[in-house]
Amino acid sequence: MKILYPLLGVLALVLLAYAGVAGAHLNVLFGIVVPYLAFLLFLVGFMVRVITWGRSPVPFRIPTTCGQQKSLPWIKQNRLENPSSALGVVGRMALEVLLFRSLFRNLKTEKRGDRLAYGSAKWLWLGGLVFHWSFLIIVLRHLRLFMEPVPVLIMQLANLDSFLQIGVPLFYITDGLILAALTYLFLRRVLVPQIRYISLQADYFPLFLFLGIAASGVLMRYVWKVDIVAVKALTMSLVTLRPEVPLAIGAIFYIHLFLVSAVFAYFPLSKLMHMGGVFLSPTRNMINNSRSVRHLNPWNYPVQVHTYEAYEAEFRAKMKKAGLPLETE
Amino acid sequence: MYKGGRIIAGLLLFACLALMPFLINIGKAAAKPSPQVNTPFIQQLTTQTCVESAAFMKTEHMQLLNQWRDAALRDGKTVYVNSQGQSFPISLENSCLKCHSNPQQFCNTCHTYAAVKPYCWDCHNQGGTRQ
Repeated sequence: MKILYPLLGVLALVLLAYAGVAGAHLNVLFGIVVPYLAFLLFLVGFMVRVITWGRSPVPFRIPTTCGQQKSLPWIKQNRLENPSSALGVVGRMALEVLLFRSLFRNLKTEKRGDRLAYGSAKWLWLGGLVFHWSFLIIVLRHLRLFMEPVPVLIMQLANLDSFLQIGVPLFYITDGLILAALTYLFLRRVLVPQIRYISLQADYFPLFLFLGIAASGVLMRYVWKVDIVAVKALTMSLVTLRPEVPLAIGAIFYIHLFLVSAVFAYFPLSKLMHMGGVFLSPTRNMINNSRSVRHLNPWNYPVQVHTYEAYEAEFRAKMKKAGLPLETE
Repeated sequence: MYKGGRIIAGLLLFACLALMPFLINIGKAAAKPSPQVNTPFIQQLTTQTCVESAAFMKTEHMQLLNQWRDAALRDGKTVYVNSQGQSFPISLENSCLKCHSNPQQFCNTCHTYAAVKPYCWDCHNQGGTRQ
């Protein structure tokens, strides 16, 4: 059920787009209204969630034991894993965001005979890295549909991505990589019993959505080709805020667009928000200076204290009478 | 907000990136490409059709050209029979460019618009028919 329902959900989205365009000819709805609404939901929802997170106080540094912290001068500090300067934090965040440093530490725990064994497990890191970087390159490549003239950098990126010159239209390496990575990330959840146990519908649904987007995009490019000039006319009319009733474009395009819109709308509600959340990781984005700087809890309220000096002054006579020792006579 | 300044600044940066396609197109009108097909040779034709239908050519011309290249250069086949049963010589410069003698105004308009860089012209002469 955890796998079936998300799969059926994505298939329902595909069918909805297909029926809406090929059957009911709701091209304006699926080509203009839905993408605009989804983008608006994405932008506003993203901001609201990050601001909600930002309201949580994080008064103290959370040092983690990834590397030697700044200590005595003859003990070598690990400046990236345990930074004591803002620059070091920028380096640690860059490693985290661009190369998934934390995931690289992933371990596998196994019982070997009677002994518990820990080993390095890098496949998840590799699969995740390949997926995210392919995704980024694909998104950047798509900018050619939103800019006129197309910047040279975007064209060079596409040239580099297709430099193998396989087939026509040229095969993009990232198209193959993203499908392979998504397949791996899906199979991992299904085939590893422990991961299957902890996987939820909210884990499978984005996977199926992205598989659907990648598959529909690949099919549109290589199999059921569409008129790319008509596609760009539509996308350009969207970003110039002069939406035009789309020309005849194949249904596969609307399926692709509708799945992308679904991701945009679903984004702020889902685990995909780790895109913004990674920048707010409290163990990664703060300088570890707990030993050199005193951090006061900002919501400490003023406490009424009765010091011993005041106490003694108040009860001096009685204490003297009872023969108690006094600090000041 | 705790460290609100940095979070807001980050969000603004994110918003700018997300809205970039809209921002850089402010005030621009989206001009669609208009490939020119009124060359002198085409104007003289009685039935102005390409080797296949226009819709087919729009989406499949690159595939067809690839097949033509393989047929001519690898299999030595020099005649293409289309879906209507008509025959055409397999040649970019002597078939395609005979009618479309204006590749700058025909091929390039859409290719530039869609940021496609075909490698036809790595070998072929874009100037027109070879003598």
